[in-house]
Amino acid sequence: MAIKPLAVAAYTVTNALGRGVAASLTALRHGESGLRPCDFEDAALSTWIGRVAGLEGEPLAGEFAPFDCRNNRLARLGLEQDGFGAAVRAARERHGADRIGVFVGTSTSGIGATEHAYRQRDPATGRLPAGFDYRHTHNLFSATDFTRCWLELRGEALTISTACSSSAKAFASAYRHMRAGFCDAAVVGGVDSLCLTTLYGFNALELASSQPCRPWDAERDGLNIGEAAGFALLEWAEPDDARPLLLGYGESSDAYHMSAAHPEGAGAALAMRQALTRAELRPEQVDYINLHGTATPSNDAAEDRAVLRVFGPDTPCSSTKGWTGHTLGAAGITEAAFVWLGLEHGLIPGTLNTRRIDPNLGAGVMLDNREQPLRVALSNSFGFGGTNCSLLFGRRVA
Amino acid sequence: MNTLRVEGVGLMAPGLAGWPNGRAVLIGARPYAAEAMPTAIAALLPANERRRTTATVKLALQVAQEATLQADIDPSTTPTVLASSGGDSEVLDKICAALTLPDRPVSPTHFHHSVHNTPAGYWAIANRCAAASLSLSAYDDSFAAGLMEAAALAWTDRVRVLLVAYDLPPPFPLSERREIVAPFAVALALNPAPTERRLATLRLARNAERPASRLDDPRLETLRLGNPAARSLPLLRAIARSTASRVMVSAGERGCLTLEIEP
Repeated sequence: MAIKPLAVAAYTVTNALGRGVAASLTALRHGESGLRPCDFEDAALSTWIGRVAGLEGEPLAGEFAPFDCRNNRLARLGLEQDGFGAAVRAARERHGADRIGVFVGTSTSGIGATEHAYRQRDPATGRLPAGFDYRHTHNLFSATDFTRCWLELRGEALTISTACSSSAKAFASAYRHMRAGFCDAAVVGGVDSLCLTTLYGFNALELASSQPCRPWDAERDGLNIGEAAGFALLEWAEPDDARPLLLGYGESSDAYHMSAAHPEGAGAALAMRQALTRAELRPEQVDYINLHGTATPSNDAAEDRAVLRVFGPDTPCSSTKGWTGHTLGAAGITEAAFVWLGLEHGLIPGTLNTRRIDPNLGAGVMLDNREQPLRVALSNSFGFGGTNCSLLFGRRVA
Repeated sequence: MNTLRVEGVGLMAPGLAGWPNGRAVLIGARPYAAEAMPTAIAALLPANERRRTTATVKLALQVAQEATLQADIDPSTTPTVLASSGGDSEVLDKICAALTLPDRPVSPTHFHHSVHNTPAGYWAIANRCAAASLSLSAYDDSFAAGLMEAAALAWTDRVRVLLVAYDLPPPFPLSERREIVAPFAVALALNPAPTERRLATLRLARNAERPASRLDDPRLETLRLGNPAARSLPLLRAIARSTASRVMVSAGERGCLTLEIEP
């Protein structure tokens, strides 16, 4: 039996394309990338990034001052868009503040605050500066703690941190908590912000491109790191619900390598199949796949094999990383929201920046946008440690 | 759908090395002595991977293996939930220190070991396990959050779940901003279905009742408060005693997770 669907009652995204869903929709429609040459702090790296403008000048103040760091500033900026706070306030009236869970995915939370603190260590003692607040900035739970405080929610709250599948898996965790009766509604989200750890880390692994990333391109040579915040309010779907629905999810482990995807994409294929099984849908009923598509040579090749194995070559696919960069732990929610925009506006985004599709790859990757009604779409998110998550969304078209 | 059977326990902390030792201390058969903890060896990892992994990974894998063997479950098909407040602070310290040096020489190995799901990745590799795994943090309430996630997963998918909770003291200077008094790791092999092979049955209910259950031995109580994974100690004591009881585990800003325990 198919799982009981969850409805997306409200959602919002903020990323390099701008603040709020309208900025993302406009940029997707017009093929305008948010990527720029790396100008983050004093990073001396020849790569491109998807930076959210203006965070530097917007500190958290008052009761939220202890949370002040780039990651929570980004979370706040995200929470302020698209009337999301008002939607959660209304949900609080319906369900009660202690019956709404908060599930936020992040890979590095506010580690940038620790990076800064290490640069200000006392030269004699090695101690960190007095103002550094580990709990409210760097700790992984900080992103969730800030979100629930901002939204005044008192239900179950946890951070999901599984590298680049984090905020995709937040949906699965929220679904389970609601099924278990631990909460009646959920705020799911993802927040990951630029920091030197990820910029220099991906550079050390030689996975960052010196150009705008080109998923599935024959000459693709790596990813661009981006930052993003995204949130959604989930409730059980009503009969004939017209809102975007979570129809299925799949989670798997590669059990292959810590930082390299399984070459045949076995774990990725398993996650996609599980999502279809939970939704009781056949592969040919899926109208679009938003790929993980980071544009590293091996990741795209592995995902291509997995998609071919489950769907064959005909299902339209694309990677939207050319717009936003790879927003790491926030990629799942960001790309879920792009799928919802597609379901609501009849838009299948293409694959920005990519010029010539790698002839060795066979999935149905589209370079150009397509305007057509969408009913069912899949979103893939995979990460270090061999973690895979696929989400299947749909919309009942009247 | 609100019960779980504990089929196996893994435990590693100073003075509580392995479940048989820990059980003896928790039922009062042996006094607690916070002696140095034996080094976790994570015997299931191949030698070359064991060399590269950190104390955090080894500790998590050691208790996971102990619980799995005790429960006699197949680790290649059992989904896992890993709960840790801060993950691998040793690796994060090395990265942040490297970022203060000229040219910022972040080690690629440290970087890919920096993700919170590193122990989960190694566990999956060592056991060729393709099942789902979720790594989470809820700061000091990470154990309760992990138990709730594991319960929700076990009930929703009607599968056995392996829960692992662990935290280690961070190195200086992070240690001054996040005090964790000693390493502690616990694993519970959980089954949503009735089974003969059980150490205890847990009934979960979240409510607002306070306060959290405490331990009589002040040194164990210090450990409970000094490591998020050690918030499991009152539950472990109840499992060890094998009598009906109720345990409250702190579960967030408001309320405790109430556990009714039956033998």
